[in-house]
Amino acid sequence: MDVLGLYNYWIVIFLMMSGFYIMIARGNLVKKVVGLNIFQASVFVFYITVGKVSGGTAPIIAEGIERYSNPLPHVLILTAIVVGVATTAVGLSLVVRINEAYGTVEEQELGAMDGDA
Amino acid sequence: MTHHLVLRVIAKLLIPFIMLFGLYVQFHGDYGPGGGFQAGVIFASAFILYALVFGVEVARRVAPDWAVRTGIAVGSLLYGGTGLVAMLKGGNYLDYSVLSGDPVAGQHLGILVIELGVGITVASVMMAIFFGFARRGR
Amino acid sequence: MLAVHFPALQVVLPLLAAPVCVLLRGARLSWLAALSVSWAAFAIAALLLAEVLAGGPLSYALGGWAPPWGIEFRVDAPNAFVLLIVAGIGAIVTLYAPKSVAREVGEERAHLFYTAYLLCLAGLLGVTITGDAFNLFVFLEISSLSSYILISLGQDRRALYAAYQYLILGTIGATLYLIGVGLLYQATGTLNMVDLAQRLASLHDVRGVRVAFAFLAVGLSLKLALFPLHLWLPNAYTYAPSAVTAFLAATATKVAVYALLRFLFTVFGAEFSFSALPMGPPIAMLAVLAMFTASIVAIFQENIKRMLAYSSVAQIGYMMLGISLVTVEGLTASILHVFNHALMKGALFLAMGCIYYRISSVHIADFAGLAKRMPWTMAAFVGGGLSLIGVPLTAGFISKWYLVLAALDRDLWPVAALIVLSSLLAVIYVWRVVEQAYFRPPPPGHDTREEAPLALLIPTWMLVAANVYFGVHAGLTVRAAGRAAQTLLGGAP
Repeated sequence: MDVLGLYNYWIVIFLMMSGFYIMIARGNLVKKVVGLNIFQASVFVFYITVGKVSGGTAPIIAEGIERYSNPLPHVLILTAIVVGVATTAVGLSLVVRINEAYGTVEEQELGAMDGDA
Repeated sequence: MTHHLVLRVIAKLLIPFIMLFGLYVQFHGDYGPGGGFQAGVIFASAFILYALVFGVEVARRVAPDWAVRTGIAVGSLLYGGTGLVAMLKGGNYLDYSVLSGDPVAGQHLGILVIELGVGITVASVMMAIFFGFARRGR
Repeated sequence: MLAVHFPALQVVLPLLAAPVCVLLRGARLSWLAALSVSWAAFAIAALLLAEVLAGGPLSYALGGWAPPWGIEFRVDAPNAFVLLIVAGIGAIVTLYAPKSVAREVGEERAHLFYTAYLLCLAGLLGVTITGDAFNLFVFLEISSLSSYILISLGQDRRALYAAYQYLILGTIGATLYLIGVGLLYQATGTLNMVDLAQRLASLHDVRGVRVAFAFLAVGLSLKLALFPLHLWLPNAYTYAPSAVTAFLAATATKVAVYALLRFLFTVFGAEFSFSALPMGPPIAMLAVLAMFTASIVAIFQENIKRMLAYSSVAQIGYMMLGISLVTVEGLTASILHVFNHALMKGALFLAMGCIYYRISSVHIADFAGLAKRMPWTMAAFVGGGLSLIGVPLTAGFISKWYLVLAALDRDLWPVAALIVLSSLLAVIYVWRVVEQAYFRPPPPGHDTREEAPLALLIPTWMLVAANVYFGVHAGLTVRAAGRAAQTLLGGAP
């Protein structure tokens, strides 16, 4: 198999690593949530790739179409997207509360404000 | 806010169509692409547009907190309750086939009610998230 | 007739009671709803365990869609045992909650607390009972998201940051798990665990399967706080409200341990996990490191809740050590320890809640002479502490005894010695608290008795009594854990 033919997987790995890097390297709590989102998006792309059947169309029954893509990964990812939205909402609301309690969303400043945290 | 005349007129024109489209996606979900998740988000976006143009406080008079909260709870209870009804009628949990005499009609009815529950919950949750963030820090 | 639906009701009852709590609004009413549902779930779990031990695994097809196509709830010996402990702790903590929640969360938010609590309970029960790999992810996220909320309700503002850190790490863990499931689906085309196990049997050399194994193992290890992936745990347990800490410490990591067991032994099979891939030695090494590092760190903590949190990390080491032995005896010890550790950490954190209720602190400096002020609470702490150390006649002794026996059975003398040695570290940190509470004079003006209210003491003592009961009458738990271990290793059905 040629390397470029698997470009979906390269995109997945690129997104995954970017998201992971942002979460590790950025001290801003909002940016970390963005990183988390990118990380999760890579998994969504991965599942959709798995569900693709060569030459298949969208899995809606219609005349004259014999080959459909696998709808199951799409359904799974719909669920995972909802979970992702919920996670983002909870994460951001925590950031809002942290900002109200500390007056900052920078990790280093937070650490300095509570001695033993 | 009073001087954004174009925005206000366009928003008022658009909102009914957004809601109608939301309902279309909701109830067409068992024949074509669509369903409760998408419909709920579209429906909530009508309220969010209203809040963006006319202000959060005005929008909260249209959709007060208690209504949004009740929507979240009632939607999920509708979903879970359908499962319990199926159980009481002798099927497994969420087995829609027993909901009606004809299994096919039962499946139909079941998915319709379930998607309605999902739609109500998703729309309420999206509004709750938006209002929750929009009210902070003012 | 209702009995056939028990597997579904086990999860559905708390799941549906959560929105009901939102509608009820009152603190008292929603508590009553939570109480009745959690005790019902406990009763169902007990009946399910009895049924499974007598008759073998139960399968429940959700929506009437037969497995492997539909989602299957599958109850066999290992998860029936875990269900019992999760539901049991859930029931006792609900009993404990009202006063503690009114103090630490506030009456006006209490109904939302019970909503999140019931969602967390439902999620944990769901992770345990489901036989579908993707469904496990969904339940894992239900329980995780609600636990982030529960932790953030702590009074200290650091609770918010602790919850945020847990959210980031927990979501990374869950997403890694999701990638693993995706790779398995790619290789096999199924998500049902039993079906996966059958199909994976002939796919041991496929690279995708090995990569999936790595993702699943790391993802679940993050959730169960295996050393060195435990960094989220101490802060989360320290700053969460007392009732939440007791509930999460006793259940959340245990359920993740169960999920890991399920994948290591049922889905991939012991032969793949421990022969084709040499997972035994690395797990054992991390386990021993956890036992020692975390225990030593615990000794130097000033905050007792944080001390107990580090002790939890150490105790997870014991469970993983039993797993790494890959024998029926080792697994029995691990599963026993999952059960017994829930009892002891539950009792200890509930006692912490009693103390916080009275003196608004869990700092060791404020413990001076506490035994005079709160004799029953401190006695409960000592009871839990003895079990944590592993003194005979307590539940903690039983699981450590079986762990030592399992190590000796494999001729691993040094490992057995290390288990005993690390238990001595537990003596040190428990003794620090006992010394402060029993042998120091109370601060002037505070030498009268001010015991915690009975509503808090009774649930605490229920768990202490369970520690002693299961330490004396170990037959029941050992038999159930033994059956669970045999099931996982493919012996008994």
